[in-house]
Amino acid sequence: MKIRKIFQYDSLLVPIIAIALGLIIGALFMLLGGYNPTVAYVSMIEKVIGSSYDVGELLRTIAPLILSGLAVAIAFKVGLFNIGVDGQIIMGSLGALIVGTQLSLPSIIHGIVAVLFGALLGGLWGAIAGYLKGSKGINEVITTIMLNYIALYSSHMMIRAFMPQEGTQRSELIKESASIKINFLSDMMGGARIHWGFLIVILVLVFYHYYLNKTKWGYEIRVTGLNIQATKYAGINSSKIMVRTMFISGLFGGLIGTFNVLGVFNYMAISASTSGIGFDGIAVALLGGNTAIGILLAGILFGILTYGAQGMSFGAGVPNEIGDVVISAIIFFVSAPGIIKHLLYRFRNKQKRTENTDETTKSKKGA
Amino acid sequence: MRKLMKLVVPMVLIVSLLLAGCSNDSNTNTNEESNADGNNDLKFGMVTDLGSVNDKSFNQSAWEGLQQLQEDKGYEVRYLEPKSDGEVVPNLLEFVNAGYDLTWGTAATLQDAITEIASSHLDTKLGIVDAVVDMPNVASVTFKEEEGSFLVGVIAGLTTESNKVGFVGGMEIPVIKRFESGFKAGVEAVNPDAEIIINYTGDFSRVDMGKSAASTIYDAGADIIFHASGLTGNGIFNEAQERFESGDRVWVIGVDMDQSLTFGDDVTLTSMIKKVDEAVYQVSEQLEQGEFPGGEETSLGLKEDGVDIAPTSDKNVSPEVLDVVEEYRQKIIDGEIEVPTN
Repeated sequence: MKIRKIFQYDSLLVPIIAIALGLIIGALFMLLGGYNPTVAYVSMIEKVIGSSYDVGELLRTIAPLILSGLAVAIAFKVGLFNIGVDGQIIMGSLGALIVGTQLSLPSIIHGIVAVLFGALLGGLWGAIAGYLKGSKGINEVITTIMLNYIALYSSHMMIRAFMPQEGTQRSELIKESASIKINFLSDMMGGARIHWGFLIVILVLVFYHYYLNKTKWGYEIRVTGLNIQATKYAGINSSKIMVRTMFISGLFGGLIGTFNVLGVFNYMAISASTSGIGFDGIAVALLGGNTAIGILLAGILFGILTYGAQGMSFGAGVPNEIGDVVISAIIFFVSAPGIIKHLLYRFRNKQKRTENTDETTKSKKGA
Repeated sequence: MRKLMKLVVPMVLIVSLLLAGCSNDSNTNTNEESNADGNNDLKFGMVTDLGSVNDKSFNQSAWEGLQQLQEDKGYEVRYLEPKSDGEVVPNLLEFVNAGYDLTWGTAATLQDAITEIASSHLDTKLGIVDAVVDMPNVASVTFKEEEGSFLVGVIAGLTTESNKVGFVGGMEIPVIKRFESGFKAGVEAVNPDAEIIINYTGDFSRVDMGKSAASTIYDAGADIIFHASGLTGNGIFNEAQERFESGDRVWVIGVDMDQSLTFGDDVTLTSMIKKVDEAVYQVSEQLEQGEFPGGEETSLGLKEDGVDIAPTSDKNVSPEVLDVVEEYRQKIIDGEIEVPTN
């Protein structure tokens, strides 16, 4: 009981201190560069809540971060490190683009079909890595990175071959009927790109929590992640579970891609590199402790830092990179919780010097 | 809870002390200061592509143009660097909503965003470099890259000793194709027997790919490479420098800015410079005079002094070759030679 309490206390405290330290380090860098941190952070907040347009665009920034965090987290739970969310995003975009440009459907179902097809492609893309790991034992870090490149360049090929827009570096536009933009909300929020994907993100968050904690399949995932030998001994088919989990992880990634194409850009760009949202997702999952609520909060925080960075840049002349410094510092302290736990431990120890040594050894273990 | 407070309180104190300490001395904003000196209060914004204003290429050049404008006239100038495609529109709108008199998008990749904003904000003025947006409130600036590339092609064709030259492009897009076709035409005009090796890396920001592309082309016997590949080109310079130091006489022809200033004169034969700064400056000045070229395409070639070879070319290019370059320059300006664009 006692251990449990301490653990929960720390798991909340560590991220909060990490965030505070991150902001302080960001402020120090601003001072070094001759910028005013107060003005910068104030303009960041102003940027984020300044107008309904900004709130809408903040939501647009947050949605992919949350989904990406969930995609990474569910793979974490089964013991896999999914670096391939970027590739799954691309496959999702590609699927949505194919349905959005090539099919003619009534507008009620066109968007839905496009989202589903994109998510499915993303899921299958993730499942490849899951299969290779589960059945052949090939390290998923390597396969997912490689699959990212395969996804990127095959998307270039597909766009150029079948859906190019002459003279530009992007595909043709999707048909109007496939758009998942919520036009009346978008008009209300000064043209911010609001789409039905936000609703899906909420549903996915609920699904994630329920699936992982309340179902047999979720239990299998957690068991596999905790101890794969025990799983095998218990007669659970761990390779099947890996494929399934990576499929779900890929579904989440694929959804991000479909939102970008159907709700934000209406086209897919032939970009030189992947979006990097998959990597942000690793940080979100880490900060959120792989829990649904944690990922929701971490996604919101990173969204504010990312979108608000332009506010800092505009309001206080602070370069975008400072926003990155803050995010990196937070990730650093979260991923090295030992530093903070050590601080906490020393801090507590001072107060409890007279108390028993039992607890200190425990927190030492944690550190 | 008390423990928590003990930790948080000092932290908050430290932060607030830091903030209080700095808010006095660094509060002055240079932009506003110079604005106060000037008698005019026009405001110019600029949004880069996904690169940075320190890219030693067109973004930097555009920003230098605006900085010059600030220096000369005391206008307020400011830039934003979007970190992802999704941020381009919000960044542009930041300037538009803040009432900036002219907002620049400094790359072709911003074309869609500029078009979108131009049509929803008809009362605002925008500018775009390297692309054409057909809206009455957008000034489009393009360059005749093929003309400048033709001149460096002439230099390469006359300077090569192995009779093989190379071209490295970033991505196969119309603007880079103009570099390639101009270069080819220039080489062929003075040295019809020369072989031209073409390589597209598919990326503007991969130094390693530039290096390996350069290595392949030099190994195939070429001794001069012209690149139009942004940051990727840094790898080409790097490879050339290594070969130069081990005794190989190889050259690179730089792009966009005078790259001998960055990479030295050992391997930089010349550069095809694109005066984005000049263009941005001029159009912004036109706005001041009430002659904003909205809805027009300003296309700058040799005649308009929008493209040229680097002014430091005489360091490594022989005077005879430069004489030939001048001949061709005149022919292009007079319209005797029509340089192909693809």
